[in-house]
Amino acid sequence: MRGLATFWFRFRRNRAAVVGAAVLFVVVLAAIFGPWFYPVDPFDMVGRPYTVPLDQFPLGTDVAGRDILAGILHGARISLLIGLLASLAATIVGVTFGAIAGYYGGRIDDLLMRTTEFFLTIPSFVLAVVLVAIFQPSVTTVTVAIAVVSWPSVARLARGEFIAHRDREYVQGCRAIGMPDWEIILLQIMPNALPPVIVVASLMVATAILTESGLSFLGLSDPNLVSWGYMIGVARTALRTAWWMAAIPGLMIVITVLAINLIGEGLNDALNPKLRK
Amino acid sequence: MSKATLVFVLRRLLQVIPVVLAIAAFNFLLLKLAPGDAADIIAGQMGHATVEFTQQLRREFGLDLPLWEQFLVYMTRLLVFDLGVSHLQGLPVIDLILARLPATLILMITAIFIAVLVGIVLGVAAARRQGTLADNLISTLALVVYAIPAFWLGLMLIVLFSIQLDILPSGGMVSIGAGHTGLAHVLDVAWHLVLPAVTLGLFYVAVYTRLMRASMLEVYGLDFIATARAKGLSEGKIAWTHAARNALLPVATLCGVQLGHLLGGSILVETVFGWPGLGRLVFDALLQRDLNLLLGILFVSSVVVVIANLVVDLLYGLLDPRIVHK
Repeated sequence: MRGLATFWFRFRRNRAAVVGAAVLFVVVLAAIFGPWFYPVDPFDMVGRPYTVPLDQFPLGTDVAGRDILAGILHGARISLLIGLLASLAATIVGVTFGAIAGYYGGRIDDLLMRTTEFFLTIPSFVLAVVLVAIFQPSVTTVTVAIAVVSWPSVARLARGEFIAHRDREYVQGCRAIGMPDWEIILLQIMPNALPPVIVVASLMVATAILTESGLSFLGLSDPNLVSWGYMIGVARTALRTAWWMAAIPGLMIVITVLAINLIGEGLNDALNPKLRK
Repeated sequence: MSKATLVFVLRRLLQVIPVVLAIAAFNFLLLKLAPGDAADIIAGQMGHATVEFTQQLRREFGLDLPLWEQFLVYMTRLLVFDLGVSHLQGLPVIDLILARLPATLILMITAIFIAVLVGIVLGVAAARRQGTLADNLISTLALVVYAIPAFWLGLMLIVLFSIQLDILPSGGMVSIGAGHTGLAHVLDVAWHLVLPAVTLGLFYVAVYTRLMRASMLEVYGLDFIATARAKGLSEGKIAWTHAARNALLPVATLCGVQLGHLLGGSILVETVFGWPGLGRLVFDALLQRDLNLLLGILFVSSVVVVIANLVVDLLYGLLDPRIVHK
């Protein structure tokens, strides 16, 4: 518990991070409870197309007369869900790769790191586009595609941490008393290697949300669900007459991504105090 | 060029081969993972194809061969840059891609040029005024820009500069029907390049500003800066001729690492501005479900990144004379 108190004390010192956390909290609340308080189907034609915000509907209607606020609330669910799941999956895969490569070194390290570098070389967004196009857009395929292009950076970082720790005295001590490798990796080194990984993973949620919005802007999103990128894609055709239609979902992306990035910086301050300049 | 450098260059060139082979193999894997093959797609598009006809198509495309034989055929074809035929346009994939590649390269190079230039100037400016209002303003702006999706930024810039102010074109690469030649043509293209390049570059301006600032602050802590100050050099001269040169190295490294990312961003930005590059081609391929074309673009863009990384690596030695190739 004392660790948590120290963490909060350090995190709180970064004012911007606290603001970020508050903003993200509101977005999360809107995603979870919004559709419940504002029960409008985002695919329903509720009124005339192109109505301006604050007239009949809080944020107006889109080119097909669908309620934009309903789309924003439902879109928040998709953005946050895919952002979190994809980052979580990428972190688990990346940490596993990095831990094994860094701990064992040698041939295994070579093989795993060549694979990692290979995935770092391929233009990630193009690969994500191809993956989603091949396997048909759905929440699952988009999440998996984003995870596939995101894990390598985590792997590299985790590997570095494990290399830094594998020959320390406490690890040698564990080996001396005959502790199995998996226990050393998971229970001894992992807690020490995790703080920088957590920072990168939190920033990855922001990148994942941006990637998801780009994919759905290109039409690569689940056809049965509204997402912010999809809304921008639809609004594109109405840019000349109704610019706010594209502006509103985009602003939501900026606000959410900015909040997550601020939190990531706060986490960095709180978890890696040595790195503070 | 010393012998050690020559060996380094040759070895670095040879390293490219296995990577390109791996990319090709990965492409083949994706092709085989896709549900339905080329014959299914064509038969599906014809609407009323018989089973016999689909089988005949399979034989024609060599899809009835064992998997390892198909793999060998695929790899041998790639060696001569035969990426197959685009099912819908009926043209060789490589021709379609090569026709579009220059436009994408122009856009990418312009964007990265803007980003590096502005990023360095802002980063140095912020570092020299560390902790002041100007520094905080630059750093905050960089953080906000960092969170903006490029494709949305592009749309908003179109609203502002093309629709409201009407001072810049909203899309395309040349003015339709103008028929410019020579210098007028170049200027026309540059005119159309402004918005897409700024849109694509702005994110990297933020990246390089942050990096350059951090890198400058690090260099400022080194002994040779104290020496330069003790010699009585002006702060401007210290910042630009002493500190900035050394602080540039991480920026150069990141440029190389981020090329793949830049290419991805270029796809979205091109779609927004109707820029006739690879991005537009991706969009068309998606609309027409042209898998061959998509995979071809993935292959060529990966190879472009590999080659660009190679060039950055080789140039790195020029930037930092301390690097000795062993």
